[in-house]
Amino acid sequence: MATAFSRLPLLQPRSLDEALRLLRDEGPLVPLAGCTDLYVDFHFGTVGGRRFLDLQGLGTLRGIRRRGNTLVIGALATYAELIASPLVRRRLPILAEASRWVGSPQIQNRGTLGGNVANASPAGDTLPVLAVAEATVVLRRVDGERRVPFGSFYTGYRRTVMRPDELIVSIEVPPVEGRQWFRKVGTRAAQAISKVVMAAVRAPHPRIALGSVAPTVVRVPRTEAVLAGGGSLAEAQAVLVDEIQPIDDLRSTAAYRRRVSANLLAQFWSETGRKR
Amino acid sequence: MRFVLNGKRADVDAAPLKRLLDVLREDCGLAGTKEGCGEGECGACTVLVDGAPVNSCLVPFAHVRGRKVTTIEGLRSRLPEALVREGGTQCGICTPGIVMAAAALGPRPSAACVREALAGNLCRCTGYAGIVRALAGRRAAPHPRVRAARGPRPVAPGRPKRTRRS
Repeated sequence: MATAFSRLPLLQPRSLDEALRLLRDEGPLVPLAGCTDLYVDFHFGTVGGRRFLDLQGLGTLRGIRRRGNTLVIGALATYAELIASPLVRRRLPILAEASRWVGSPQIQNRGTLGGNVANASPAGDTLPVLAVAEATVVLRRVDGERRVPFGSFYTGYRRTVMRPDELIVSIEVPPVEGRQWFRKVGTRAAQAISKVVMAAVRAPHPRIALGSVAPTVVRVPRTEAVLAGGGSLAEAQAVLVDEIQPIDDLRSTAAYRRRVSANLLAQFWSETGRKR
Repeated sequence: MRFVLNGKRADVDAAPLKRLLDVLREDCGLAGTKEGCGEGECGACTVLVDGAPVNSCLVPFAHVRGRKVTTIEGLRSRLPEALVREGGTQCGICTPGIVMAAAALGPRPSAACVREALAGNLCRCTGYAGIVRALAGRRAAPHPRVRAARGPRPVAPGRPKRTRRS
């Protein structure tokens, strides 16, 4: 398998403009960066194409910086870079924390934030964080750029609004007010795909997002509204288990995921409600 | 394609999407790097690229152009002796990957640091206690077996404290 894969063509542009032209003129191409999903997908026969576009040479997609009040994370930022970044740890510590829960140090050294977003798995560990941070996905194509609010980036199971000629160049995160909270529940701490993953922000209007409980990562606005309106935790839990749509699959069951989601909501609420 | 392999310049002609693991074993004749699962779960194929541990089964050869690759053959370390001494190696398939993952740690790491660094390395023989004993800072503990059995509460690998402050 690996040998057959190794013979497939890899285009290696030197600049973003060249990469975007190749995507438009030579497509369809599968962009690759950290490759932590790519080789696995190839084993499973789920790679989306036979020709590949290497993003590793595109320096403009690297780096984590601040622009005014906005945290700008290049699509090629690795989990290890997110964990080590003082800017991320100060502005969005739950993104650094989510990154520590991804795979293993070896995976964290290769996997990228842009890849986690583009791969569009409902179990992507950083996605609930970006959802509660109300991040913006910056997409570029040859003739322009568009900025997609994270909440409207996913259109269904492993589907996004991205066109085949577009690349994610960066993720922009506005300031987040309130106490941030994150927890992943998997079979074990490392190398586990989430059964349930939740990120939340304790603020006058709380923000809550979950992964692995619906076809895409989801915010739960009805649950948030109950808590914002002064409703009890029990009321919010009742709404939450109705608001998510988990399924039975090889990792867990719908019933377990509902129960754990409600438990995580309680944990978030009690831990962030304490005096500092 | 040129890169630096175990401190020496190398120039290898291989397909860009060929796995670094296969290039090392087949084109460079370095069979110390083992293939376990082939999908980044077990860590047996761990090598260092520019000093950082990666799964060589998930790295296309094209991505090490101009970079420094270190394999078990190029590592000067006493970690293998420590693993032997503490019963941290049995069948040996995971051992090169364990050593490479631990090689990126600083001197005298805590047991918790070792566990997190090795969170992506599976060993089905030893039960890990000997491995952690061998690699953690206090190697000269008087009764390592007793310490391991009672031990501090096992720290889940890779599990950080939850962030409680914004």
